[in-house]
Amino acid sequence: MLSYILRRIVATLPVMAIVALFVFSLLYIAPGDPAVVIAGDQASPEDVERIRQSLGLDRPFLVQFGSWVWRILHGDLGTSIFTNLPVSAMIGQRLGPTLSLMIVTLLLTIVVAVPLGVVAAWKAGSLIDRIIMGFAVFGFSLPVFVVGYMLAYIFALELEWLPVQGYTPLNQGFWPWLENLILPAIALGCVYIALVARITRAAMLEVLQQDYIRTAKAKGLGQGGILFIHALKNAAVPIVTVIGIGIALLIGGAVVTESVFAIPGLGRLTIDAILRRDYPVIQGIVLLFSFVYVLVNLMIDVIYTLVDPRIRY
Amino acid sequence: MDRRTVLKGLAGAGGLALTGLSAPAIAQGASARTLRFVPQANLANFDPIWGTQYVVRNAAALVWDTLYGIDAQLQPQRQMVESEETSDDGKIWTFKLRPGLKFHDGEPVLAKDVVASLSRWAARDPMGLMIKALQQEITAVDDRTFKWVLKQPFPKMLYALAKNNSPCGFIMPERIAQTDPFKQITDYVGSGPMKFAKGEWVPGAKAVFEKFTDYVPRQEKASWLAGGKQILVDRVEWVVMPDPATAAAALQNGEVDWWENPIADLVPVLKKNKNISVDIGDPLGNIGSFRMNHMFAPFNDVRARRAVLMALSQEDYMRAIVGDDNALWKPLPGFFTPDTPLYSEMGGEILKGKRDFDAAKKLLAESGYSGQPVTCLVAQDQPITKAQGDVTADLLKKLGMNVDFVATDWGTVGSRRAAKTPPGQGGWNMFHSWHAGADCITPAAYTAIRANGDKAWFGWPNSPNTEKEITSWFDAKNLEEEKAAIGRVNKAAIEDVVYAPTGFFLTYTAWRKNVSGITKGPLPFFWGVSKSA
Repeated sequence: MLSYILRRIVATLPVMAIVALFVFSLLYIAPGDPAVVIAGDQASPEDVERIRQSLGLDRPFLVQFGSWVWRILHGDLGTSIFTNLPVSAMIGQRLGPTLSLMIVTLLLTIVVAVPLGVVAAWKAGSLIDRIIMGFAVFGFSLPVFVVGYMLAYIFALELEWLPVQGYTPLNQGFWPWLENLILPAIALGCVYIALVARITRAAMLEVLQQDYIRTAKAKGLGQGGILFIHALKNAAVPIVTVIGIGIALLIGGAVVTESVFAIPGLGRLTIDAILRRDYPVIQGIVLLFSFVYVLVNLMIDVIYTLVDPRIRY
Repeated sequence: MDRRTVLKGLAGAGGLALTGLSAPAIAQGASARTLRFVPQANLANFDPIWGTQYVVRNAAALVWDTLYGIDAQLQPQRQMVESEETSDDGKIWTFKLRPGLKFHDGEPVLAKDVVASLSRWAARDPMGLMIKALQQEITAVDDRTFKWVLKQPFPKMLYALAKNNSPCGFIMPERIAQTDPFKQITDYVGSGPMKFAKGEWVPGAKAVFEKFTDYVPRQEKASWLAGGKQILVDRVEWVVMPDPATAAAALQNGEVDWWENPIADLVPVLKKNKNISVDIGDPLGNIGSFRMNHMFAPFNDVRARRAVLMALSQEDYMRAIVGDDNALWKPLPGFFTPDTPLYSEMGGEILKGKRDFDAAKKLLAESGYSGQPVTCLVAQDQPITKAQGDVTADLLKKLGMNVDFVATDWGTVGSRRAAKTPPGQGGWNMFHSWHAGADCITPAAYTAIRANGDKAWFGWPNSPNTEKEITSWFDAKNLEEEKAAIGRVNKAAIEDVVYAPTGFFLTYTAWRKNVSGITKGPLPFFWGVSKSA
């Protein structure tokens, strides 16, 4: 297992290199100029040019790419063109809010979607099944920002139960941390819950047709034990796969959710960096997201072995 | 590796990040001593000389003081300066600093700091560059006195040092001010009424300013950037909110105290809330701009540019920007900020009255336009440029022009507008912008009115008459001469259509009713602002 994990980690290196080249090239050919944004609207073309030179943006592509790769190899993601802060420090500032949002959303999804999917499969074809699947379609159809605004209006403005915006780190208290994340997590989780509930239902339907389920029923096992202990564990591989793949959905959704709820996470940092053409920050974030995605896939493979002992690497 | 090991590992890694190892305290308990403010934009950098965005200037006005400050009557007043003297020939200026001025690190403000700061400022500011061109030397005479020796008189010296247009003449410690003006500073020590809490700065999310207890305010009443800057709260927290709907909800919910620029669409909701006050933020407002490229057809011909002016309805543009609120806009048959001393409508008849499409089409045909594509760069991520762009597309089509509508973002417009290549080869024919009214009171900081061809702002208008009259304004010795010169500038700029003004518009600001002392002005002034529990 350990050698498999090491092999997979080594295999990520060429993937990351291709991502790096792709991102750098894309940004180089994309229109826009950070020097223009820095100089302000009233700046003269000469001022813009001087700023561009001071940032090294007038150098040839290969020189810029080479020096960026050299820095990456030394563990340096570079310095933000705008803030003059190290990219790694900026990512560090934003990691906590995004990670918090993703974890709460993930937990919410598992706690809500998996039981819903199990119940829908158990009651397949019934009114309960149709209601649950109806909710799933609804969840799929609503854009994140629409759900976000609706939740903020109802639970923050009208009922005044929860804050509209912001983020409080966990070390300032569990409830202050959680109360800022409840609405964003529900908004972000809607699509995810719908997806996982549908996959859980489909996987469970297949497992519930198996002979050993009939045997379990014949032995007189309770419905809960059959569904959640025997059937769910055997249906877990596709569910885990979808949960893992869904993390990409979460990363994309976090960009919107963090803007709607003013959470200072990586999603907002990404948007800000793109709009301002803050190349080092964009490159650092994309590399991080790529790495996370590769890592999540690796974790899914490891989790397979935990839910299905037949799988060996 | 077993299940338990995997789970432990995941929990450990997650917990480390969530506890905020390096995470900032984004949300803090509300307190009457903390004012939470939603700025117009993200404070992405904090060097007011290197980066000249308004949001940087607004934050910098808290941290760095100026020698003079412009007041609500648009007059320069002494701020850090105690007295000044001018030689009889107007070429030597001698300034003396107030006693007791200190930087946030406890060091006294000395004349050598001022000399270094003004040298850096003069390398970037349009008026500073003019002074620099006339400069013989600038020297510190003693700790509190410095002398600026010029080759020719510069009557607008005090205005240049007081103006609120970016970049302002902020005074920094010499060690910071010696930074190349085209490189960013990393040390934010000033002598203004508040200190910048660098450790709490999260660009894109939050910036914090703390009261500087050693600040010695002037005795006069505060008026814009002049007078006694009394800070009545301990902290000012800038909370960046990219989404206007979120900012509106946060203000209604009491999570923030003051929102600098609510968008017009959300103002009716805020006005209905009994806990919120809404008023015009900046009485100097903004001037919408339809900027044409004078280098390439069709707008290289003044008749094509005049055709646009004849057909352009400022009401259409203004309603697209501000909606149905008539208090927020007025027509502008000229280039200068309404209700300011030098305002003029001289030569503005072409922008008044019923729009004459037939005459405009005829003039356009005379210019030789024959259906070639007109490349319109329209930034969709800026509500003001998007609204103007939509009206322009309609206008040009009605004139019979072949519109190549390039819907893009502001970053791309900002870059592409610098291209001097033909429109079909990466260049452009027109784009929209807007100018702060505070920058359009005089030609001093009004780069968009300059018409010196290749050296002019984007579009590169070439109007010798406009330039001649701008020079006469700089040379004017009294208000009457200035007024006359501005009238002639306005007339010449309209005749040659330096650009097409699309109207004058205002924006609101909104705050919780437990906040008092907010004044109207070209930037948010925090002195005199207090908050009750």
